[in-house]
Amino acid sequence: MTLSTMLSTMAIGMLRTFGVFSLTLIGSLPLGMVVALLKKSRFAVVRGFISAYISIIRGTPLMLQLLVWYFGPFYLFGMNIGGWRFPAVILGFVLNYAAYFAEIYRGGIESMPVGQYEAAEVLGYTHTQTFMRIILPQVIKRIMPSITNEVITLVKDTSLAFTLAYQEVFSLAKQISASQTSFMPFVIAGVFYFVANYAVEFAMSRIEKALDYYK
Amino acid sequence: MILEMNNIRKSFGAHEVLKDISIGVDRGEVVSIIGPSGSGKSTLLRCATFLETIDGGDISYMGEHAVHTDDAGKAVYVSPQKLRHFRSYYGLVFQQFNLFPHYSILKNLIDAPMHVQGKSKEEATDLAMALLYKMGLSERADAYPYQLSGGQQQRVAIARALAMSPEILFFDEPTSALDPELTGEVLKVIRELAEEHMTMVVVTHEMPFAKAVSNRVVFMADGVIVEQGDPQDVFDNPQEERTKQFLRVFER
Repeated sequence: MTLSTMLSTMAIGMLRTFGVFSLTLIGSLPLGMVVALLKKSRFAVVRGFISAYISIIRGTPLMLQLLVWYFGPFYLFGMNIGGWRFPAVILGFVLNYAAYFAEIYRGGIESMPVGQYEAAEVLGYTHTQTFMRIILPQVIKRIMPSITNEVITLVKDTSLAFTLAYQEVFSLAKQISASQTSFMPFVIAGVFYFVANYAVEFAMSRIEKALDYYK
Repeated sequence: MILEMNNIRKSFGAHEVLKDISIGVDRGEVVSIIGPSGSGKSTLLRCATFLETIDGGDISYMGEHAVHTDDAGKAVYVSPQKLRHFRSYYGLVFQQFNLFPHYSILKNLIDAPMHVQGKSKEEATDLAMALLYKMGLSERADAYPYQLSGGQQQRVAIARALAMSPEILFFDEPTSALDPELTGEVLKVIRELAEEHMTMVVVTHEMPFAKAVSNRVVFMADGVIVEQGDPQDVFDNPQEERTKQFLRVFER
């Protein structure tokens, strides 16, 4: 197999990796905010449920979670899991990353000085207005470095989709390497992850700079 | 009466901070509240502005009850929606300014008028620019709070409160967070507002200012009003021993 056929075969995997990466972010960034807000719910049942969810997600390997989401419906309910592979991958990643993002959001929200809430309250803002107009914009700026960290981890974590035999770039690298007895696919995969994360760092530093107009 | 607070009680845990305090403020009055730290004067302001919940007593603005104490002796507040209506009657200037750092100076002044009062952007901007002009800050409309000195930030905070056209303006130690050379510019603004007969209640440690500007001085200690009256009387001829003791510290 020539290098260019290797590259073109793996390019499909790269696209799939990118798919997992972007769908995970699209799902987990907003879901994390919902989780963070529910954790401050006035209903103890909701708070308890959210705490348990976050504990379980953080306390077990993502690889195991993926296996549960994929095989669970079959073993638990005898359901047909044909075509369930990709949804299971995305579900596993979104629920996992939402838990981590939720904790980052919560940390950011709790770091806000109480004076900001009080000033908004005295001016007559509603709770929703206070959160959307005053608190959230400042929280986003504060948590950007932690978000960057998490996004970079996600780029590398997408390789865990190989657990469910989802043919993203890492699975393909392993397969091609075995069949061709070549080390090259791993080099290609390594360069791919590195370049992807370099792009993430660049993009995130641009966002941080854009938010630098105030202190 | 713009503000009337009767028999206000407030405890933090076992510590009673306000012990049956009553105070009223008439239109155009400038009331200074002085007293040692821990006397409850800031808590009184925070209760008047609903940032703290009182345990007992009545609070009304413009003759409307916002809180009353029921027969069981429990303080009952009106609904959150109604409370928001009461907030339109007053403004509060904080010790720490509490400007919104992510908004420009102009945006700090127009955001609440637009999104709370529903004013148009043009209307809100006209008023905001007039207020900034009055504060001597019209050139800084596009700056952000961190680019301003403490004194300038506090003047913006006063303008932000005035932009809501309140009936009464509260100041919670407005110069305590400022370097001594910056307090003058903030006190000057408050003095100008007093000359325009803006109704104000100022918690302050600036005794000469309190004496010069206010119509009435209230001396608080240990959660009660010890003495109040005309500034000349309270400062030059205090009746209570506790007041004399407190004022002696400032003479030295």
